[in-house]
Amino acid sequence: MEPAKIIEHAGGVIGVSWLLIALPLLGAAVLLLGGRRTDRFGHLLGVATAVASFVVGVLVFLQLLGFDPAERRRVVPLYDFIPGLVDPMGLLIDPLSISFVLLITGVGSLIHIYSIGYMAHDPNRRRFFAYLNLFVAAMLLLVLADNYIGLYVGWEGVGLASYLLIGFWQHKPSAATAAKKAFIVNRVGDFGLAIAIFIIFTTFNTVSFAGVMTSGADASQGSLTAIGLLLLLGACGKSAQLPLQSWLLDAMEGPTPVSALIHAATMVTAGVYLVTRSGAMFFPEGSTAAIAVTIVGVATLLAGAIIGTAKDDIKKALAGSTMSQIGYMMLAAGIGPAGYAFAIAHLITHGFFKADMFLGAGSVMHAMNDEVDMRKYGGLRKVMPITFATFMIGYLAIIGFPLLSGYFTKDGIIESAMEHNATLGWLAVLGAGITGFYMSRLVFMTFFGKKRWEADAHPHESPAVMTWPLIILSAGSIVLGGYLILGNRFMTFLAPAVGLPEHLPSFHPFSVAGLVTLALVAAGAALAWFKYGAGEVPVTAPRGSFLTTFARRDLYGDAINEALFMRPGQWLTRLAVFFDNRGIDGLVNGLAAGIGGTSGRLRRVQTGFVRSYALSIFVGAAILVGAWFVVGNL
Amino acid sequence: MTGTIQAPTIEYALLAPMLVVFGAAIIGVLVEAFAPRYLRSAIHKPLTLLALAGAFVITIWQARTGIPTTPSAMGAVAVDGPALFIWGTILVLAFVSVLLINDEGHFVASASAVPGSPEEERALTEGATHTEVYPLVLFAVGGMLLFPAANDLLAMFVALEVMSLPLYLLCGLARRRRLLSQEAAVKYFLLGAFSSAFFLYGTALLYGYAGSVDLAKIGTALGNVGGQDTLLYIGVAMLGVGLLFKVGAAPFQAWKPDVYQGSPTPITALMASGTLVAAFGALLRVFWVALGGLEWSWTPIMWGVAILTMVVGAILAITQTDIKRMLAYSSIAHGGFLLIGVVALGDNQQHNASALSALLFYLVAYGFTTVGAFAVVTTVRDAGGEAWHLSRWAGLGKRRPLVATVFALFLLAFAGIPLTSGFFGKYAVFQAAVDAGATPLVVVGVVSSAIAAFFYVRVIVLMFFSDPAADGPAVVIPGGTWAVGAVAVLATVVLGVFPQPVLDLAHTAAQSLFVR
Repeated sequence: MEPAKIIEHAGGVIGVSWLLIALPLLGAAVLLLGGRRTDRFGHLLGVATAVASFVVGVLVFLQLLGFDPAERRRVVPLYDFIPGLVDPMGLLIDPLSISFVLLITGVGSLIHIYSIGYMAHDPNRRRFFAYLNLFVAAMLLLVLADNYIGLYVGWEGVGLASYLLIGFWQHKPSAATAAKKAFIVNRVGDFGLAIAIFIIFTTFNTVSFAGVMTSGADASQGSLTAIGLLLLLGACGKSAQLPLQSWLLDAMEGPTPVSALIHAATMVTAGVYLVTRSGAMFFPEGSTAAIAVTIVGVATLLAGAIIGTAKDDIKKALAGSTMSQIGYMMLAAGIGPAGYAFAIAHLITHGFFKADMFLGAGSVMHAMNDEVDMRKYGGLRKVMPITFATFMIGYLAIIGFPLLSGYFTKDGIIESAMEHNATLGWLAVLGAGITGFYMSRLVFMTFFGKKRWEADAHPHESPAVMTWPLIILSAGSIVLGGYLILGNRFMTFLAPAVGLPEHLPSFHPFSVAGLVTLALVAAGAALAWFKYGAGEVPVTAPRGSFLTTFARRDLYGDAINEALFMRPGQWLTRLAVFFDNRGIDGLVNGLAAGIGGTSGRLRRVQTGFVRSYALSIFVGAAILVGAWFVVGNL
Repeated sequence: MTGTIQAPTIEYALLAPMLVVFGAAIIGVLVEAFAPRYLRSAIHKPLTLLALAGAFVITIWQARTGIPTTPSAMGAVAVDGPALFIWGTILVLAFVSVLLINDEGHFVASASAVPGSPEEERALTEGATHTEVYPLVLFAVGGMLLFPAANDLLAMFVALEVMSLPLYLLCGLARRRRLLSQEAAVKYFLLGAFSSAFFLYGTALLYGYAGSVDLAKIGTALGNVGGQDTLLYIGVAMLGVGLLFKVGAAPFQAWKPDVYQGSPTPITALMASGTLVAAFGALLRVFWVALGGLEWSWTPIMWGVAILTMVVGAILAITQTDIKRMLAYSSIAHGGFLLIGVVALGDNQQHNASALSALLFYLVAYGFTTVGAFAVVTTVRDAGGEAWHLSRWAGLGKRRPLVATVFALFLLAFAGIPLTSGFFGKYAVFQAAVDAGATPLVVVGVVSSAIAAFFYVRVIVLMFFSDPAADGPAVVIPGGTWAVGAVAVLATVVLGVFPQPVLDLAHTAAQSLFVR
């Protein structure tokens, strides 16, 4: 089934769905412009706008459900800058965007609430909430825009918010560097997206999704492939997929709620959104671009998992896991209509269980004086029972423990990949096995085993404002997957936006791939138990084999970037500066000096004597009369 | 020819806006003659504002009840769509300018006293004011209304003089820097008289050619009178000089910086907005109605004038160090951009209507922004009056962020940055010109805009990125000026973000083009 037609909408809550974006944007504006005056209530305002936006999102969702499925793609026109020249700006409310809206505002609100407690002692808490609000607004614009330009504005907006929040503690040089790195690496992807939009505009003469869908322009295969690959480049940057993955691990320098919201649950999934949204147009089944998407997805899901096995920093291990899980989503998104629903469903459940675990990690860090090294944890399950219980649920969900969320969504991805291409399918199964290992390692090192705490550590359970979000998120991590996947509920819901595959998949609990996956996960968990649960964990990391170093150093991603891009880039910069100084500047400055000099000389004509003004009028009149004779007698 | 004189039929209802303004001006003269000195100001201020507001309401009402399709008052005045739109624009701009005039301290205590003399001293201590300003302004505005609506050259000439004479006087009434102000007045008067002579001579020659001063009749004569080309060409050129002088097109722009600088700033605001709108209205009417058939010959000449005007305005503005002179050159450059639209006349009625509506929109957008900019100029004051030298504006953004931000907004609008009104004005006019095949002209326009952007942005840089001087100017914002600034900001932003309603209005007004 093809995606439904996009129709114009007016009235109801959907008619005012711009509130979704306006509310958090207002919060950010008040908090940033209000300055210290808003310190006292800044965090409350930040939470209030996020929750209000969520409420609007739910109402919009309910109104959308009231329509016939074929009429569930609706554009709310907002603003027409130059009619006829630029596409009007509008919001696209459809099952795909509303799924994202609910995830962003729902999980976002929980993380806002959690941050009240987490950032309680930070003097800049108000600024933190302002940036979080800014992020939510930009992310909502990204997923709601009905055209690529609007999407791009949101895309850059989340990039900015991400930069500001990674570097939130900019007094730490590592945080400042990480923020810069994230920004620069993302720039590469953003250029890809920008160029893709340029090509879309020149090819279709429009940038709106509806326009591109229905333009029927005779686009050559070459330009379609180019657009697809460039969009993929953009997606790789934002979603930390190979080869633009290197920034995500460093991004963990930001406060932990940021890692949960931006670098796990929402922003990093924007690439999956982009591919899914453009799927029917630029990633048709079997196209080069779609194949590239699946390859990137599989490569990243393995790379992320391998990195996750070697990290001792709890947040970096989780970041590797995020990379890997997004790899799964990418893989599914590259498969086409058979995979879209699983990609987005996994994206949503991942949003819950990964945010749950990140916030759980934050809770642990909060208790352990901001220690992130898991080798200095151990045995925390007794002192932090709620954090432990909720973390365990997230953990079981991500490794795909039967009947929890991740089990259904990840299994869906593996099954559809298997059907699409067996190699990809088996690689995805392998990834699931590694996931079982590294996540178990993380849990055992943190919550089980002996206490390896620093002398001054006095862990304690976090306050209720932090534990309640954990409880809600873990509830979602239990039920959401089954609810979405069983009976193809989500696939049917999403169909108007992304289409349906030829035949609907059905859920087989005892398929070969499913059983092998479970076995591998169990084996991975068991291995982790022997190495880290039952055995002794040294407080300083052992040197390890070549493979361990390989994983610890992020598969030499940074080394490759430095050798291939940074150093030649620096040479290129020097060369460009040289030419700029000698050639371009000379030309530009010369031109400016020329105009300035002309101005200075011409100025003297303005003598201030009325007689010379009168003369100039007379001469001008004479020239005019003369000119008329010349032209008239031509 | 019998000896009887027929009484002319005059459609008083159609001319009501003008009559209201002139009527109020005459009442103002009577007030000057009979009301006691201490009451005059209190009568003038509401009377002037009321007259302008009333005339505006009547204009709107006329536009809603149906636009006449034939000239009125025996063919002397054409109250058509463009005229009504221009009337509305002028009346609003004049209203806003009068708000600026209402604030104290702009006008001389006793104009007849020699600057620096004991008489002046005495007048100052007595607190005397020249309340004649108000009727003078109303007469000038009345002239501005008639000028673009005049349908024959004689009525147009009368309107030109009715508009100009009060302005000559008003220019000389600045309270501070009186010598400069008087010099400006004399210069404006001498050069204005000189250019009027050109206009009148051109009228005479065209009458000799066509046997009529009626614009439409001149238009029909163009194809039918043979062998009189000398009369025609000289006449058209002379007429053109008179009109181009009023819009300040090069090479007839020399008066503008001197006059804009010397005049009391509220009067500069009125001239830079109202007079410019009126003069462009008249220019358009003459060239499109009377000389439309001669378009092949004046288009290349107008190209030259437009290019010269844009380039001279933009380049000379770069080296200005005086804020008012800089704005004057900016006004010259904008006159050049508007001339691009005048050249966009073609054979296609629909196209001409859209070119005309683009020009009308540009006039509205520029008018509001320019009044706002001069309003800000009045607020930045030194001990000796307004601080005109650019160096005095350094660091204003740090001391008075709101004032500096507002001024920056106006400058960006002048430069034509998107999301300000100036962008749409330029965009619409350039678009119309490209459609008419004047792409090279648009290229020059864009390059001039780029040069012009330099000196606009330079002021912004100066305000926000320089350190304020220790003895920097004070910023005084009286109530009226506050309102003017608010209105101008609103217009600049709204016309930049939601231009459609005004664009539609301009389009409706331009739909029928000028009546003949």
